Amino acid sequence: MDKKKKRSITRGIILVVLLAAIVYTVYSSATKEEVEVLQVGDVAPDFELVDLYDSNLKHRLSDYEGKGIFLNFWGTWCEPCKKEMPAMSNQYAIYKEQGVEVLAVNIAQTEFEVKSFIEGLGVHFPVAIDETKDVMTTYNVTLLPATILINPEGKVEKIITGEMNETQIASYMESIKPEQE
Amino acid sequence: MMEKIICACGHENPQGTKLCEKCGRPLTEEEKDRKIVDMRYDGIAIRSKTRNKSIIDKIWNFFSSVKVGVSLIIINLVAASIGTIFPQEFYVGVATEAERAIYYEETYGSLGKLYYQLGLSDVYSSWWFQILVGLLGISIIIASLDRGIPLHKSLKNQRVKRHESFMKRQRVVAAGPVTEGDSSKTLDLVEEQMKKLKYNVRREGNAILAERGRFARYGPYINHVGLIVFLLGVMLRLLPGFYVDESIWVREGETRTIPGMDGYFIKNEKFILEMHDNEKTEAQIQQGVNAVAKNYQTNVKLYKQPEDAIPGQTDNLELVKEYSIRVNHPLQHEGYSLYQMDFRLNELKAMNFSLTNKATGEELGDVSVDLTNPQNEYVINEQTKVSLLGYYPDFSGFKDGEPQTATSTPNNPAFIFKMTTPEQPDGEVSFVAIKQTIEPNGDNAYKMKFKGVETRNMSGLTVHKDRTIPILFIGGMIFMLGVAIGSYWNHRRIWVEQLQDGSIRLAAHANKNWFNIKKDLNTITEYAHLPQFIDQVEKEEEEGQKEKEGDNTL
Repeated sequence: MDKKKKRSITRGIILVVLLAAIVYTVYSSATKEEVEVLQVGDVAPDFELVDLYDSNLKHRLSDYEGKGIFLNFWGTWCEPCKKEMPAMSNQYAIYKEQGVEVLAVNIAQTEFEVKSFIEGLGVHFPVAIDETKDVMTTYNVTLLPATILINPEGKVEKIITGEMNETQIASYMESIKPEQE
Repeated sequence: MMEKIICACGHENPQGTKLCEKCGRPLTEEEKDRKIVDMRYDGIAIRSKTRNKSIIDKIWNFFSSVKVGVSLIIINLVAASIGTIFPQEFYVGVATEAERAIYYEETYGSLGKLYYQLGLSDVYSSWWFQILVGLLGISIIIASLDRGIPLHKSLKNQRVKRHESFMKRQRVVAAGPVTEGDSSKTLDLVEEQMKKLKYNVRREGNAILAERGRFARYGPYINHVGLIVFLLGVMLRLLPGFYVDESIWVREGETRTIPGMDGYFIKNEKFILEMHDNEKTEAQIQQGVNAVAKNYQTNVKLYKQPEDAIPGQTDNLELVKEYSIRVNHPLQHEGYSLYQMDFRLNELKAMNFSLTNKATGEELGDVSVDLTNPQNEYVINEQTKVSLLGYYPDFSGFKDGEPQTATSTPNNPAFIFKMTTPEQPDGEVSFVAIKQTIEPNGDNAYKMKFKGVETRNMSGLTVHKDRTIPILFIGGMIFMLGVAIGSYWNHRRIWVEQLQDGSIRLAAHANKNWFNIKKDLNTITEYAHLPQFIDQVEKEEEEGQKEKEGDNTL
């Protein structure tokens, strides 16, 4: 190879590497917030929370493998959370048979508040309290209500922030239901 | 083929060379017309000057240009200083975008609004600022490569013997017979003395090249390396694991996960605020300051999950350390630092009531409701108890007859009590909020008389980790080293040639600090009886001066 060609190639490589470094920097700084937040398609981080009523019952995500998980984060002060709960309860009654599990995670409130809220609404699905906000932090939940749909393969299917109506809830549960054998 | 310039000595020089690489003859017309040669980069062909054909070469030449580099520095400086006109978003303590827009408009008027709209309120993370810094980085790297490598090669391959036209065109020159003694020993004397002066001396036949402080020429390139390392460090902050900057609120008694520090939990044992108990000073009175804080402190326990634990598993936490976080005394662990940043005092923790007969004022017993763990029932004795039917930490009114809570923070707690007494065995229901009591089933015989509160404090901590600090430090040190080398040392070269007739031709060059090299020249001139040297630049200036003076007298 002649010297001229060799030099051109060297220069080209140096320029490409340097430009790539800039592009990478700008890109990763622009998407920094998003990278830290959980994204659709990611493996849902495993967690374990104690059931509200049975302190021996632990809800561990990996134990539900093969089932669709409807993971809902809520608080008693959150009006939309309250509104969507009866619909979640209704649909859970239908989809439970088809392999969909609901877990409603309360954000660090007292047992009394959570129990009287759930009992007051008369809803029926597993509830747990995230006392240290650990699971909430892991799932990067900042606004309530937030719902994470996890498919039977353990991957995040969809992230919903804000209130859902009953039709939506039904279609979400349908979307993560395991295939019938 | 690349065009070559063939020197009279037969050496082939690349296009753009000013002085022959081998013998030093001037090669360009411009150079030939000069009295003193251009010794910048030793007359070598700067890489970008050699060819200018393909797109790659054009981009390369663009970045290698000093003009472009200086322009980029100025543009960067201007952009960075615009960011200091108003505080950056980072320092504005509001959370949402809408609040920020309002903040800039309200605080700084329409200029502030414009500032925010143009994105200048977050200049340093804007894409265009990062691109500017990146372009400057490219310019530094390419300009250094473009000049540094050929300069290095040329300094490494210096010839001892240089052509007459090169020697004569140096700034400091001397020519003539030796002033005293045997001319056959002159070169030996020069060599001996130059070595004493700590010069590297090379001798080829009747020519000597004495050189000292060559490394000073690398100063600017070393300092560029430092800058690049520094920029690299800043870039690494964007990679996960290198840089964490999070904040967290923890109330006394609470255990919270630490954001950005996976697997770690922090428990706030106590927040302490101490004030100086001095008499008000004059300055304090003038400024309307009542008390001056002496200490902000949070006593914490740092916990870690077992290795195999997953988020949410908090039953087997191991205590890592206990620490009192104070201002400037962060809790440090594995590269993370937790700083005391903020606090809120006196949040309600418990409310105390007394079950009281409204008519007689008789108190049947006290009930303390722990707001962090309210109970269903508070039993006073067999026939007397208080049941808690509802608790609303931040009561905000009724909706469809139901009490509502605005947040989970006990800013305005409200309760629904059912009081069972021997007098009223079926129980009486009462809604109790601060300064408000509602008895839905008519007049009750008993009431929950408010007795007092217990409060707790809340600490605001920030979690910080910066693994790039050592890189930034090393970059800074290399930079300073380069500056020092380039500023405090200088490259001195002296060429001496003895001609057939025994006379001497001498030339000297220093990249700066000519005073020093002249001092050295004086020493060898005296020692080896060389002809007196002259500084051609000074001579020219003096002559110019004289002419001017002459003009004045006319």
